[in-house]
Amino acid sequence: MSQGKDLLDKLARKGISRRDFMKYCGALTATLGLSSAYVPKVAAAIKKASRLPVVWLTMAECSGCIEATLRTTYPWIDTLLLDIVSMDYLDMIMAPSGQAAEKSLHDSVLRNTGKFVLVVEGAIPTGANGNFGTMGGGKTMVEVIKDVGPKAAAIIAIGTCSSYGGLPAASPNPTQAKSVSEVTGLQTINVPGCPPNPINFVGTIVNYLLFGKMPALDDKRRPLFAYGQIIHDQCPRRAHFDAHEFVTNFNSEEARKGFCLYQMGCKGPQTHNNCAKVLFNEGTNWPVGAGHPCIGCSEPDFWDKEAPFFNPIS
Amino acid sequence: MERVVIDPITRIEGHLKIEVEVNDRRVTNAWSSGTLFRGIELILQGRDPRDANLITQRACGVCTYVHSLASIRAVDNALGSQLADNGRIIRTLLLGSQYLHDHIVHFYHLQALDWVDIVSALKADPRRTEALAARISRNAHGDDVNDFFEVQNRLKKFVESGQLGPFANGYWGHPAYRLPPEANLLIVTHYLAALRQQTRTARLMAIFGGKNPHTQSMTPGGVTCATELSSERIGEFKYIWEQTMDFVDNVYLPDMIAIASFYKDWGRIGGTGNFLTYGDFPMGPKEPDDFLLPGGVIFNRNLDKIEPVDVTLITEQIKHSWYEGKPEGLNPARGETKPDFTKYDTKGQYSWIKAPRYKNEPMEVGPLARVLVAYGKKVPAVEENVDMVLEKLAVPKAALFSTLGRTAARAIETKVVGDAMGKLIVQLVENIKKGDLNICDPRPWDSMPADGAGVGLNDVPRGALGHWITVKDRKIVNYQMVVPSTWNLGPRDAADKMGPVEEALVGAPVFDTRRPVEILRIVHSFDPCLACAVHLIDAENEEVYKFDVV
Repeated sequence: MSQGKDLLDKLARKGISRRDFMKYCGALTATLGLSSAYVPKVAAAIKKASRLPVVWLTMAECSGCIEATLRTTYPWIDTLLLDIVSMDYLDMIMAPSGQAAEKSLHDSVLRNTGKFVLVVEGAIPTGANGNFGTMGGGKTMVEVIKDVGPKAAAIIAIGTCSSYGGLPAASPNPTQAKSVSEVTGLQTINVPGCPPNPINFVGTIVNYLLFGKMPALDDKRRPLFAYGQIIHDQCPRRAHFDAHEFVTNFNSEEARKGFCLYQMGCKGPQTHNNCAKVLFNEGTNWPVGAGHPCIGCSEPDFWDKEAPFFNPIS
Repeated sequence: MERVVIDPITRIEGHLKIEVEVNDRRVTNAWSSGTLFRGIELILQGRDPRDANLITQRACGVCTYVHSLASIRAVDNALGSQLADNGRIIRTLLLGSQYLHDHIVHFYHLQALDWVDIVSALKADPRRTEALAARISRNAHGDDVNDFFEVQNRLKKFVESGQLGPFANGYWGHPAYRLPPEANLLIVTHYLAALRQQTRTARLMAIFGGKNPHTQSMTPGGVTCATELSSERIGEFKYIWEQTMDFVDNVYLPDMIAIASFYKDWGRIGGTGNFLTYGDFPMGPKEPDDFLLPGGVIFNRNLDKIEPVDVTLITEQIKHSWYEGKPEGLNPARGETKPDFTKYDTKGQYSWIKAPRYKNEPMEVGPLARVLVAYGKKVPAVEENVDMVLEKLAVPKAALFSTLGRTAARAIETKVVGDAMGKLIVQLVENIKKGDLNICDPRPWDSMPADGAGVGLNDVPRGALGHWITVKDRKIVNYQMVVPSTWNLGPRDAADKMGPVEEALVGAPVFDTRRPVEILRIVHSFDPCLACAVHLIDAENEEVYKFDVV
C-alpha cells in the first residue's frame, strides 16, 4: 500500500499521470482528423529506426515558434527530439556554437540532400542587400535560405512570419521582410500562428512520417486538419453570439459570465485555426478563454488587416 | 595573437556574433555584435496604443509577456489608468510565472551544456549517481537508480543511432569540463526532467494569459481574464506553482550549487563593475515602496552606496553601431535612430545594438544586478539565500561579481520571487472573498484621455526594461524600448568603453580557440536575448531607408 502510494507520489512529482505513449498517439491522430484505427500506425511511424533529419533555421523572428514547440506534450519535446526526428540544426538548443554549429548544418544538408525537412522560423529581410539579417559569419539570411531551401525534401514555414511575412513585414515593413516562398520561389507548407499551437506543427511532421507526404492544404497552403474551420464556428462562446449576449466592457458582469467578445474586436469569425478545439499548453486555455478577443494571428497580414485589434469587425 | 569569431552563438535567443582576441590562452579584447534588425518601433507608429502590448511582445518569444507588461504599464502611465488591485496581482503573478519558467529553461537548456559533458554521462555508475543525488538534495525530483539507468540507456541508444542531432559537434571531452561522470548523468537526467517541467510551468501563464508563449490578457488598468477568477482556476494555478517550487527547491537550486562546487575558480572570472535595476514585483498597491526587489544603481562594486535610478541620466550611444547621429547619443525620451549599415568593422561600427549608458557608464542588468542591490539594501529573503549559497560553496562575497555569481543570482532570485508568489495568490483569494472582482480600469476607451506620454519601467528575467510611449489622438506617435540585452550585449560607447559582456570576456581563459567553451560560459551567463536587444527608435525622421550598401 505505502509503496503504491510512493510510486503515485513519485509519478505525480514528475507530472506523469496516465499520459503514456499511446495516449499522445491518440491525441495526435484525432488532431490529424484520422480515425482511431490509425493510432497503431501513428505509433509505428514515430518509432522508426532511422529518424527524420530536420534542419530548423531562424531568420527575422522572436523564437516564439520554437518556444511553443518546446511546450509540446503530444508527444513531449524530449521524445520529439530524441526519438522521432533528428534535429540536426536548431540554434536555440544545439550544443555547439560558431564553426562547430556551422559544421552541423553543413553536414546534415549535404548528407541528407533531398531527404531532410527544413523548418523555417521568421521572415527574410531583403532590404539593405540582405544586411538587416546575417548569420554564420556574415552570410545574409537571403543567401542562406536560397542555398539551403532547394536542397530540402520539404519546407515547413512555422509561424506567420515565415509563412506570410508576419510582424517584420507589417507596415511600413522597415526591412522589406518577406515570406520564405516569396524569397525562394519554393512552395512551403505553412503552419501559421503567432506562435502556432505545437500540435499543428508536430501533426504535420507525423503526417509526413505516416504517409510520406505533407497533409492536404488550403489555398493559403495551411494544413486543412488544423486550419480547415474558422474559430467562430468552434468557439465555446458561440451560443452567446447567437443569443446576442456580448461583452462591451472587460470589467463587467457580462465579461464575468463569459459572453461573446465580438464587440470587443474578436476576429474569430474570419480566422482559420483550431485553437478553440485543441487549446494551448496541454489544454489549459486559449486567448478567448482569458477574456481577450482573438487577433486573427494565423491569417496573412493580420498585423495590418486585423488592427486595431479592439475595434469590432467592420 | 589570434582573432576568434563565434557566429552564431547558439543556445540564446536570436542572432549574436562574438569576436575575441586571444593571447597566451587569455582573451585580451572582445567585440559583441547583434546581427539582426527588424524595426519594431517603426511598425508601432500610428497604431492604437492598446495594440502595442501585443506587438512589442513579439520582440521576443523567450521573454514572452514581459514586453506586453512593460507596454501596458507605459500606456497606464500615459493615460492615467487606475490599476485595479486584482489587475496588479494577476500581472505580477504572470511576471513571476515568467521568471520561474525562463530561469529553469536558461539553466538546464541554454546554459548547462557549457558545464556538463553529456558524453561523459555514458561512463557513469547509476548507483553512485543515486548516492550523489541523495547527498545534494533531500528529495531530488524523486529520482532513484532506475531513473538513472533509464536515462543512461536512452542516451546510449541515441548515441548508437549515429544521429546525434543537437548534440553533434559539441565540445565533449574538453578539459574545461570538470564534473565526474556521475554528476554529468545526474544533470543530464534533470535536463530531460526540466524539459517536461517547463511545459507544466508554462501552464501558469496560460491560466491568466490565455497561452504561452505570447499571452493575450492585458488591458489598461489591469487584465481581461474575468472568468478565470474562479476557485478552480486559482486552485489549478496554485497546484502548478507548488509543483514548480518543488522543482526549484529540490532540483534547480541544489543542482546549481552542486555544479558550482566544481567550478569555484569561475567565481573570479567574467565579472563587471556597475549594476542597474529599476526594481519590480509590487507586493502591494504602493510603488516603488511595495517592490519585492528594490531599484538602485551600483558603481564599482560598492554595495554600501546604492544610488536611486534617475532615468533622465540614460543615453543610448551609437558611435560603434550601424546608425547615423551623434556618437554620444540621446536620452530615450528624445531618442532618434537612422539605420545606416556600413560594414562589420571592429575598429568602427560593428553591431545593430546600441550602447546604453547611465551617467556615461556601462551597466550590467539582470539577476545579478537585482540580487546585489537587494543584498546591499538588506532585503531579508535575498540576504538569507545569498548567504546560504556563499556558505555552501565556501566562497567569499567577492565571488558574486563573476560568471558563477551571475548564475547563482539567477537561481536565488527564482527562489525569492517564487516564494513571494504564494503571498500574491493569498491576496487574490482575499480580494475575491471580499467581493472585489474588479480586474481593470472600468472606463471605456473613448472616455480615457486621447493624448499623453508615459513610461513603463520593469525588471524582467534578463534585467531592466523600459518602454516609453507618446500618444496623440489615441494613436502612437513615438515608442521606444530600452531592453536588458541592449544594456548587456551592446558594443563600445562614444568614449570607446566596452559594453558589459565585452568587459566580462577580457581576461577569460581560452584553452582551445577552435572549441571556445569558456567564451560561451561567460556569454551565456548573461542570458542574451538578441531579438529584444535590436530595435528601432523614433520614426519622426522619414529618411530611414538610407544605406551604404557594401
